[in-house]
Amino acid sequence: MQDLNRKALRLGIPLSVHLDVTYRCNERCEHCYLDHDDHGEMTTGEIRGLLDQLAEAGVFFLTLSGGEPLVRRDCFEIIRYARSLGFNVKFKTNAVMIREREARRLRALGVEQVQISVYSHRPEVHDEITKLPGSLKRTVAGIRLLKAAGLKVTLANVLMRANFEDGEGVRLLAAELGAHYTVDPTVTPMMDGNTSVLRHRIPAGSLRTVFHDPNLVEDVESFCAPPAPVDDDIREGLPCSAGHTACYISPYGDLYPCVQFPFRCGSVRRERFLDLWQNSPQLAEVRSIRGKDLTTCSSCSHLGTCTRCPGLAYMEGDMRGPSSADCEKSFVRTGIVTAGMIARETTAIPMAGLVQIKPLIQASP
Amino acid sequence: MSEKYIARSPAVASRVLDGEIVIMSAIDSTLFSLSEVATIIWQAADGQTPLSEIVHKRICAEFDVSPEEAYRDAEAFVEDLAQHGILRVSSKPLEIDIPVVLEDSWA
Repeated sequence: MQDLNRKALRLGIPLSVHLDVTYRCNERCEHCYLDHDDHGEMTTGEIRGLLDQLAEAGVFFLTLSGGEPLVRRDCFEIIRYARSLGFNVKFKTNAVMIREREARRLRALGVEQVQISVYSHRPEVHDEITKLPGSLKRTVAGIRLLKAAGLKVTLANVLMRANFEDGEGVRLLAAELGAHYTVDPTVTPMMDGNTSVLRHRIPAGSLRTVFHDPNLVEDVESFCAPPAPVDDDIREGLPCSAGHTACYISPYGDLYPCVQFPFRCGSVRRERFLDLWQNSPQLAEVRSIRGKDLTTCSSCSHLGTCTRCPGLAYMEGDMRGPSSADCEKSFVRTGIVTAGMIARETTAIPMAGLVQIKPLIQASP
Repeated sequence: MSEKYIARSPAVASRVLDGEIVIMSAIDSTLFSLSEVATIIWQAADGQTPLSEIVHKRICAEFDVSPEEAYRDAEAFVEDLAQHGILRVSSKPLEIDIPVVLEDSWA
């Protein structure tokens, strides 16, 4: 996979595209970054035309998501067409609308995997987050049908203030269902910049517990180890794949570097995808950024290991700046404060007298 | 020697990147990057053309290799991809399954 990514990067190929086919949804998750209205979604014909263009551009990994994609009546037609063009399709759903027929159809169409958000193994917690009574029961029933049909299923467990104690319960539920389990404590601002949903983020103290839980983190010692010394490869490295080998397209045809990076780079309704991908000034700006160019993070000892998200940084005002949520994660993991935390006076973590401790670099003999 | 027919599985994703075919099986998520010869076999795997004919007409005609050696290598390649569910192999001609929508209206 690394070879494939390197090749795509060298050739300028958008290897992975995340396409939201709708923002409409049958759940109302309290932390969701989307509104749930239809402001003029692409039609079936527009999406088919877009998929033709994506295949022509060399896109291989296609994530179809939403909103809840199954609320579109042409959802299976879109999947079928994508598969006929040879895409590796990952499908994100809440599985509430999955019955035996839908499960069999996803399997027959060769969908590679289905990812489903599960917030808790306890209905009262999960349903309180989704605001849909009975949703956990229906989601779990859907997962069982998907597994029975022979599909690979991943339970995506976003941990928040309301459910951070339930990670182990969801992991065990995934094991019982024969599904993979992933955990992520990231809550992002809404696409329009509204930050009110951030109140759902896990408090730092609880995040520390999550990051040091061997049941949730495969190798705690390595995950929470102090960062390795920053070298030239890291300073010359790319922040992430957004805009380099991956991008995001909204239901309205707007192109972004990533689903978490609301820096609009054009519309595939007005221009050909490949023209935008190759010539967008916005994408060129994103692609120009290297580790050494980051305003605060370039001097941070966490530069090589931080999960810094340029999209979250952008939503805080500067795509070259730190992302406070990722600063917090790096600090909680390692106990070493970040350059962003020092620069930011309004952090929730007491900073008085703290200085960044950089890992010792062994002197050459 | 019994004849072999090979067909691309409907459960795979594939893309040509810079002249090379990349394939991923939906069954075990194994990623393959095919060589030039393997690409020829993959593209010719229509379920109707015998493997021996693919080797004779498409490989031996283009590469300096004996038919026996080419067929042996092709068989090994086909068996490997078949184990990952990427190719189907049969002693009889096969239909290539194209993903279809079972019903247009499902709601």
